Parts: sequence; structure tokens; C-alpha cells
Amino acid sequence: MKMLMALLAGLLFGLGLILSGMTDPSKVLGFLDLAGNWDPSLALVMGGALLVGSLVFGVALKRPTSILGDAMRLPTATKIDRRLVLGSLTFGVGWGLAGYCPGPALASLAQGGAKPFVFFIAMLAGMALFEVLERAQSGTVSRNA
Amino acid sequence: MTVDWSNFTPWISLAGGGMIGLAAAMLLLFNGRIAGISGIVGGLLNPVKGELAWRSAFIGGLVASPLVFGLAAPLPEVRIEAGYPMLIVAGLLVGIGTRYGSGCTSGHGICGLSRRSPRSVVATIAFMFSGFVTVYIVRHLIG
Repeated sequence: MKMLMALLAGLLFGLGLILSGMTDPSKVLGFLDLAGNWDPSLALVMGGALLVGSLVFGVALKRPTSILGDAMRLPTATKIDRRLVLGSLTFGVGWGLAGYCPGPALASLAQGGAKPFVFFIAMLAGMALFEVLERAQSGTVSRNA
Repeated sequence: MTVDWSNFTPWISLAGGGMIGLAAAMLLLFNGRIAGISGIVGGLLNPVKGELAWRSAFIGGLVASPLVFGLAAPLPEVRIEAGYPMLIVAGLLVGIGTRYGSGCTSGHGICGLSRRSPRSVVATIAFMFSGFVTVYIVRHLIG
């Protein structure tokens, strides 16, 4: 049941990305191109997601456990540190170069074509590099959403 | 700035966004987990017992989504402007940046903002800002 719900959530997430046009990198770049011919669509995708998300999160976060009995696992970090800011800035540069962020990249893999696949492999390599660097530094690995 | 009215899809984007929000809410309500794609994928690279199954299932659903979408309607056009070297550099930056920053557009931009996390507000402003600057440089200063 837990796996089924996770599968359905992933599926719905992907269908939403495809419907809203976010699996088209050119449309994403159209949003990031403020100085050009600006396509505000991505702002509305986030708006729609936040509208529904805020409503249901408000209810969900009051629950002691999930409906299927799991503990609610939420990020516990509260500190705004250099890692958060520099990491996010770095992500934004990569996002702006190709128009792909992790969700749309995954939702594009089965559409065919080599390009999303190449991006995905490079992204995995970047994540693996992070794991290696973290282990080299401290022997412990942070794990957040 | 001019608005690209010909490509602007307000209603369909709002509806798709609502589905994304619902999906994130489902994962939280039923599984007690945050739908942050970079975190879910990143967690597979450092597997912990009991963590593999739901992560793989979520990713399986996400990867299968275009196949299911294609059954109901034609898939929207995909236009990838970046060449291979650019895609590789971009992928590396997205991979390492999202892990150091503890999240991406979904984990911070949707889930984090939905639960009013100050860290996610800062992260979202940061990646939006560098995304805007990067596209400005690539399209208007270099290109």
C-alpha cells in the first residue's frame, strides 16, 4: 500500500509537470528569460501547486503520523547557512543553462531522445560527487528533502 | 520585458500545478514524506534500509508519467536548446547544487513554501535569482 501510494504520487506529479508544460525546457527558459519574451507560465504552475499544497499541508502537518501509519518525516534543519545559499545558487545556474530541474528531467526520460538521459546521468554524477565529498569530509551524510 | 502571450498557458499551467501540489500532499499525507525530487533521487545513492522501496516507487511513477499521459492525449512538444556539453555541465551543477542546498524546485519551491519554511524561501529566491541571471548572461550577453 505504501509503495502503491508513492507510485501514484510520483505518477500524478509527473502528469502535472507534463500538463503544465514544464517538461519542455524551452518553456522553462521562457520563464527565466525576464529580459526577453517572458512566459509567466511557471509562476502559475508554482501558484497552483502552492494553493493546493498549502491547504493540504496545513491539515497533514497537524497529524502525528501519516494515514498509512508512518512517522511524518520533515526536514529538521532551520539554519540558513552558506551551504543552503551556495547550493541553491549553483542549482539555479544549472537550471538556467539547460532548462531542466530534477523533476522534469525524470518525467522526460521515457519520452525518448538522448538529451534528457544525458542530463539525468550528469545530474546523478553531480549527486554522487556530493556523497563522495561529504563522506570524505566528515564520514556522515546529511539527508534532507 | 515583454510578455510572451502566444506561449503563455495560464489555465493549463495552473491546473498542472494543482496536480503537482496534490501529488506532494498525497506523499505527505499517506507516506509522511516530502516530495522533493532531488532528495528522493539523492537518497538512492546512499541507500538506507527501508528507504529504497518508496523512493523507487515514486520515481517509477514519475518516469512512467509520459507513457500514461500519452494514452490520454498527445504529449506536449519538447524543445531542448542546449547541446550535449551544456547539458552535461548543467546536470552536474543541478546534481551537486540541489544536494548541497538540500532541495530543488519541488522540495523547496513547492513543499517547503507550502509549509512556510524560511530555509525554503531563501533557497527558492536563490535558485530563481541565479536562474534569471544565467539565462540573461547566456541569451543577452553572450548569445
